[in-house]
Amino acid sequence: MSRHWTPPADPADARPRLVVIGNGMAGCRAVEELLARDPDRYRITIIGAEPHVNYNRIMLSPLLAGEKSFDEIVINDAGWYEENKIALVSGDPAVAVDRRAKRVTTRSGAAIPYDKLLLATGSDPVIIPVPGHDLPGVVAFRELADVDAMLAAAEDGGEAVVIGGGLLGLEAAHGLSRRGMRVTVVHLMPTLMERQLDEAAGWLLKSSLEARGQTILTSASTREIYGGGRVEGVRLEDGREVPARLVVMAVGIRPNAALAREAGLEVGRGVVVDDHMVTSDPDVLAVGECAEHRGQCYGLVAPIWDMCRAVADGLTTGPRPYAGSAVSTKLKVSGIDVFSAGDLAGGAGCEDIVLRDAARGVYKRLIVQGERLVGAVLYGDTEDGNWYFQLLREGADIAPLRDNIIFGRAFAEGGAADPKDAVAALPDEAEICGCNGVCKGRIIAAIAEQGAATLDDVRALTKASASCGSCTGPVEALLASTLGESYAGERAVRTMCKCTSFGHGDVRREIVAQGMKSIPEVMHKLHWATPDGCASCRPALNYYLLCAWPGDYADDEQSRFVNERLHANIQKDGTYSVVPRMWGGITSPKELRAIADVVEKYDAKMVKVTGGQRLDIFGIRKEDLPAVWADLNAAGMVSGHAYGKALRTVKTCVGSEWCRFGTQDSTGLGVRLEQMSWGSWMPHKFKMAVSGCPRNCAEATIKDFGVICVDSGYELHVGGNGGIRLRGTDLLCKVETEAEAIEYCAAFVQLYREEAHYLERTAPWIERVGIEPIRARILDPASRGALAERFRQSQRHSQHDPWAQRARGRDRHLHHHLAEVRPKENA
Amino acid sequence: MDRSLFGEWLDLGPIEDIPLRGARSVPVQGGEEIAVFRTGEGRVYALVNKCPHRAGPLSQGIVHGDKVACPLHNWVISLATGQAEGADIGCTPTIEVRVVSGRVQLKRAAVVGRAA
Ligand code: SRM
Ligand SMILES: Cc1cc2nc3c(=O)[nH]c(=O)nc-3n(C[C@H](O)[C@H](O)[C@H](O)COP(=O)(O)OP(=O)(O)OC[C@H]3O[C@@H](n4cnc5c(N)ncnc54)[C@H](O)[C@@H]3O)c2cc1C
Ligand code: SF4
Ligand code: FES
Repeated sequence: MSRHWTPPADPADARPRLVVIGNGMAGCRAVEELLARDPDRYRITIIGAEPHVNYNRIMLSPLLAGEKSFDEIVINDAGWYEENKIALVSGDPAVAVDRRAKRVTTRSGAAIPYDKLLLATGSDPVIIPVPGHDLPGVVAFRELADVDAMLAAAEDGGEAVVIGGGLLGLEAAHGLSRRGMRVTVVHLMPTLMERQLDEAAGWLLKSSLEARGQTILTSASTREIYGGGRVEGVRLEDGREVPARLVVMAVGIRPNAALAREAGLEVGRGVVVDDHMVTSDPDVLAVGECAEHRGQCYGLVAPIWDMCRAVADGLTTGPRPYAGSAVSTKLKVSGIDVFSAGDLAGGAGCEDIVLRDAARGVYKRLIVQGERLVGAVLYGDTEDGNWYFQLLREGADIAPLRDNIIFGRAFAEGGAADPKDAVAALPDEAEICGCNGVCKGRIIAAIAEQGAATLDDVRALTKASASCGSCTGPVEALLASTLGESYAGERAVRTMCKCTSFGHGDVRREIVAQGMKSIPEVMHKLHWATPDGCASCRPALNYYLLCAWPGDYADDEQSRFVNERLHANIQKDGTYSVVPRMWGGITSPKELRAIADVVEKYDAKMVKVTGGQRLDIFGIRKEDLPAVWADLNAAGMVSGHAYGKALRTVKTCVGSEWCRFGTQDSTGLGVRLEQMSWGSWMPHKFKMAVSGCPRNCAEATIKDFGVICVDSGYELHVGGNGGIRLRGTDLLCKVETEAEAIEYCAAFVQLYREEAHYLERTAPWIERVGIEPIRARILDPASRGALAERFRQSQRHSQHDPWAQRARGRDRHLHHHLAEVRPKENA
Repeated sequence: MDRSLFGEWLDLGPIEDIPLRGARSVPVQGGEEIAVFRTGEGRVYALVNKCPHRAGPLSQGIVHGDKVACPLHNWVISLATGQAEGADIGCTPTIEVRVVSGRVQLKRAAVVGRAA
């Protein structure tokens, strides 16, 4: 439905003609700025594709959510065009620009001459071309028409899927769930709004949305939209199906530069403009999302306002250049406060200041470069967002504020005090630990009267600092001020690393107690001092979570040491070694032949019999690993996990089958133990051995779990180590049957998995906690049964050969270079 | 493949090809391999793919904050400066890198200049 309105013609009017293409935010604002400077300078025509007057696009979200009506979001109604004598062509898009004739043609055939042309065509929503993207019921979120389509669908309730967990997608999801639909958000990336947020804030956002009943699927890729004649649901790459009557695609925008391109203007990602918003043709300007300025295209309104001022200045009072804008983002979902500004992907030498307050659900991170603030992410408390943004835009020197800037404007500008003095000055009733409601007086009493001398004593006696840990600093300050010289300062328990005040045991306990399910969640709830941990805590947390939630927790590859990421051992020259499993040390001609073939085919530099009774192939390039694995798989061999904090080898001797002294089938038991436990992730490597008699040819008494077969049954030995510090095993107990030996082994492995610290082998673990409590837990039938059952449960999720998965193509990127540079050939 | 080598910048491909908190390697014919890193916060850095200690491939290390822990002996190297952190002393050359329209690009002079 096209509509043309033209002011009464005046043949004597010789003023230059300005034609604006795009009746949206930028087009109309540029005209407003122009009119404010010189209302009579131009004869103005605005051409708009949408059949409406100029409305506020960003308010489509509240419109969808039912928080606003259309009338409330109109910026300029019909009267504005009339009053300002602006000709409006609406519902009739421009289809061509003839720059030589200086004329715009519209779809209905109208030819509109110009002296100056302003392109303000905005962006197009990106539609990913998956099968079914054109089914009825699939909509974008860009125009009023899209909102109308969504509202029509929402009338009947049911399920909706929003593809894209960015700003737009989440606002669409919010609106639709406010309208009574059950909404699932499908997001390709692991973090929601990954462009504006970091992992920690993204996790908080995800939790809040889930608490409101939305289903959020991250790292989820859409394979197709299915339905017969109409949308019925979305199928993901991993095969999951999500039913839906409505699918909103909100995966991004692309500057709408088609007209400009066809007209032969210079176009990059958007229409290329200079600092005065002039394109490669001096009589054509561009503004808004369709423009590309200094390599940058914007998707928010604040920069557009700046650009519009430059356009109006250039067309009237004299050019004043536009120099680009810093941007900030707020999510318009009522009750959820998210703010992000500046360059989170900033340049070199950035430092982070992080504040986490789990009890209030607050996360703040400031990115500082030198003495300037360059970025900010705020979640839960966004009050200071504008202040940070202002400091950022002004490039203010924040040195005087630095120590307290993270606490916000009121605090930072109020003059900083030494935190120790501040704690000392507090009254006795002041609450120190918010989680457990412990006041200062109670802590002082624990120190002065009950003899608490360490942080752990205070935690044990008062519970202060025992939950989230954020008050560790003040508690230590109180210890120091109360005990004076005699305060040892250091915690008795070593902290996991410098990112946290908690020890390994504390973290493991809290993961289970609080049901924490991801690394960002642990870091948030336990107040990590760094945004994403370090090379010591990330692998530990990844393991603790994997152990606590088998099958449920999604392994984080980037938190693994290279060997466990590549499923091979890195060598000093950057190549890898490959050790296939040889169950119990037994091999066959077929396996040996396959290994020999691999050595020749991939030009391996060496094959070696290892100290663990199997063969190690050396010098394989990371690019060749998947092919090597495919060849080994074809001969029935799987990963030997020689690279993992995992079950390594089970050494055996020949036992009763061949040996004249053998008492039991030590080889068979070794194979069965290996089959039960392979693939399991552990705090550290774990080695086993089974010897057929006390001559102990398999060296079982220096293994993590060793079995010595005797006439009357099986002696079970634990905690041996042949490594850096030699340690003989402790005798755990003796059992009569092979089945018992296997059951006890499962229980012991699980106890070690659940209780040892990451990177602690069984030997130091047993020395730390003592053999007696371990023996008690294994000998008690109920506790043993439960442990063994948990181990079997966990194994159901881990006994997949990682080599086979990768030979089939998983994690391909790990084995290929990003690109190659051959300067000689191309230069 | 658009690997234009004629401009001032060498195009390596879309930023998504580098995992968050990860790195990818870029061999240079006649020169030293380069490691391109993407931090958890999405910052991008490039270094010669060689630890100043004993030439460990830094691209295979664990990336945390703006640092990488070398996979061989765990030296921690600053991605911004290439300097070893803490008590360790050494420096690996940094390479100018930028992200334009979602694509990673290396400064041509920095790469080719290093290729003998
Ligand atoms: C290949 C092998 C040597 C050989 O040629 O025989 C070997 C090779 C390495 N050992 Fe070992 N160990 C090998 C058997 C052993 C044994 C003997 C055994 O398992 O019976 C021991 C002593 C027993 C023990 O662990 O209690 C052993 C004690 C160590 C230690 C010290 C562990 C300790 O707790 O003190 C390390 C260092 C570490 O883990 O931090 C180590 C570390 C290594 C590493 C992974 C060093 C490294 O980080 O790169 C070597 C990897 C080479 C590679 O790329 O494959 N290796 N290593 C053996 C592989 C066995 C297998 O089939 O999987
Ligand atoms: C739901 C939603 C919520 C948003 N929320 C926010 C927010 O909270 N904060 C923020 O800063 N930004 C937000 N934005 C982004 C903001 O709306 C845009 O940055 C802004 O509208 C861009 O202005 P523009 O004039 O460049 O494009 P538009 O506002 O899209 O205007 C372009 C106009 O040109 C018309 N057009 C295109 N081609 C032709 C043609 N050939 N002939 C005639 N007309 C044509 C289009 O129909 C459109 O009306 C949001 C966007 C959406 C969709
Ligand atoms: S003994 Fe030392 S040098 Fe030999 S394989 Fe083991 S770790 Fe390497
Ligand atoms: S080579 Fe990098 S730490 Fe040794």
